[in-house]
Amino acid sequence: MNSARFHKPALCLALVAALTLAAGPADADISKGTFDFAGSVATELRIFPGERSYEGQDRSTLSPSIAATPEFVYEWDGGSNRLTFIPFARIDVHDENRSHWDIREAHWLHAADNWDLTAGLGKVFWGVTESRHLVDIINQTDAVENIDGEDKLGQPMVQFNWHTDNGSLGLFVLPGFRERTFADDEARLRGSKPVRGADATYDSSADAKHIDLAARWSHTIDNLDFAISHFHGTSREPTVVEAVRDGKDVFIPHYDQIDQTGLELQLTTGAWLWKMEAMTRSGHGNRFAATAAGLEYTLYQIADSAADLGLLAEYLYDGRGASAPAVASNNDVFVGARLVLNDTADTEILAGAIIDRLAQEIVISIEAAHRLSDHWKAEVEVRWSANVPDSGFFAGAKNDDFVLLRAERFF
Amino acid sequence: MIPTQNLNLLPRNKRLAQAAALGLVLALGVGLSAAQAETPAEKGLAIAKEMDRRDLGFQDSRTTLTMTLTNRHGESSTRKLRTTTLEVSDTSVGDKSLTVFNHPRDIKGTAFLSFTKILDPDDQWLYLPAIKRVKRISSANKSGPFVGSEFAYEDLVSFEVGKYTYKWLKNEACGDLKCFVVERTPKYENSGYTKQIVWVDQAEYRVQKVDFYDRKESLLKTLVQSKYKQYLGKYWRPLLMKIENLQTGKATTLQFSEFEFRIGLKEGDFTSSKLKRIR
Repeated sequence: MNSARFHKPALCLALVAALTLAAGPADADISKGTFDFAGSVATELRIFPGERSYEGQDRSTLSPSIAATPEFVYEWDGGSNRLTFIPFARIDVHDENRSHWDIREAHWLHAADNWDLTAGLGKVFWGVTESRHLVDIINQTDAVENIDGEDKLGQPMVQFNWHTDNGSLGLFVLPGFRERTFADDEARLRGSKPVRGADATYDSSADAKHIDLAARWSHTIDNLDFAISHFHGTSREPTVVEAVRDGKDVFIPHYDQIDQTGLELQLTTGAWLWKMEAMTRSGHGNRFAATAAGLEYTLYQIADSAADLGLLAEYLYDGRGASAPAVASNNDVFVGARLVLNDTADTEILAGAIIDRLAQEIVISIEAAHRLSDHWKAEVEVRWSANVPDSGFFAGAKNDDFVLLRAERFF
Repeated sequence: MIPTQNLNLLPRNKRLAQAAALGLVLALGVGLSAAQAETPAEKGLAIAKEMDRRDLGFQDSRTTLTMTLTNRHGESSTRKLRTTTLEVSDTSVGDKSLTVFNHPRDIKGTAFLSFTKILDPDDQWLYLPAIKRVKRISSANKSGPFVGSEFAYEDLVSFEVGKYTYKWLKNEACGDLKCFVVERTPKYENSGYTKQIVWVDQAEYRVQKVDFYDRKESLLKTLVQSKYKQYLGKYWRPLLMKIENLQTGKATTLQFSEFEFRIGLKEGDFTSSKLKRIR
């Protein structure tokens, strides 16, 4: 099993947090707190109906795995101090790299009236659009978990938020970088060449120990929610460099030093949500800009039922050049629909297609969720693609359309 | 997974309420003959304003509740949530509320923030803890079910006098109490109701029962509020609310724990950016 690689700064952070706690104010008696345990265990079956693409790749159609995410929380001083510990582990029968563990969260939060401070491993999300998370950059993607990019590795951080009448300002110091995870050579959903993550190279002479910095200001004015952010540090997306290792053609990830400025906007008017994310980034050759912008319109109580149908459309543009990390959506249109039954089981289906306007590449994704009982939830995901180009990093997964079945027990 | 609103069916709108108080004093001063001269619309409005006046000044409150959903076969499921409410001093808008789910476990930590308006759509945000995402959501869906229950969003938002027009129908006994029976018609857009018939007890102006009529003007649901308890010597809260859908046979009950009042909440505690630190 792969172990999560943490760097010394992360451990130092944890130590600082612990020391701060020990030296905390006397009236905040840590012994008089409340402990809470929750979490889930999920069994998963991925079904790959297509043939394998590479010699040596697993031939199995059925690929099972099991994952656990326990959550331990200790809170005291009326909730103004909190320790959170959320480890994660998966055992996957066919993907050695997907059999991995991580610490998703391990931090201390101190919440005051108009500010809060988080120190430790944490998770932060930025963004408004549905088809692409363009601005979101604090956490590294745990790409072996799912190709949708929504699973994240715990990021060492000190996060300070200042809440004012003119919005909230978040300041981040991010010591220690987490490398992206990649599927094993013998597993499905791998790159078009084997990826040698252990040989990763960096722009920064500090390698993965570069201390990244970020700031974000977010505010709501009437129907408009917006945020402006800047990130300075190691790109979460690697470029891949072709190399030969042990007589084999491989990819070596390379992480550039970048500066990214991001914008998030959402206008909420009645049943219409107008959304936009935009960013400009320097550090991968020429500076470039990218945007994801669109709308969501909801039809309520369709056909005299309790169900709502949301219609989504977004345009995706990315102006990056060949020296930047490859991206699947550079001039694409996303259309989708979200059906929410509003039943006691919270049944929800989200279906969408991303269509490349030039290459005619199409990626269809369907996600459905249904609560089976107070403790069990069932989920189905389908990913299907067509006209995937024969070259480039993503060509490696062109035969890897799949259906994923998940049964999750919450406790 | 969708969220709640205010879980507070009681009134507040200060300017109107003060006017109402004055009106009531005048009415009492002039005597019964003057009161009898009121039209049914005036009398209905006066009752609503008095309900509102009696709930002024509670400042903030906190409670936890268990929601039990039952279908026509008697199968049930539960939700557990806690909710805090802030009385907003600006009379042109309604209250602010924050609701956090604890059960079922797959939605544990999901938080819902709502700023109630009088006639405009409310402002609503949802926090999804698994992905740490705060989403501003559309509030046009007034009549949709709240987390699969028989309560619609509009049934759970704070009562504001300006949301309805009123007509007093009659006085009649309601259990051991004497009630005003008032018809109210939603003025806001996207309501699922053509009218509501409300039974309000004459002693303390508490809602005892509501009949909801759907868009086809047939009786859809009946809400009964009971186990009223008085706090701070003034504010009444029902500790049990039961709503039955007469067309589907489904029912939902809300059982409240004790309410806490004046716990020192501020407007700054009800912001979308602070949702991220809620649990």
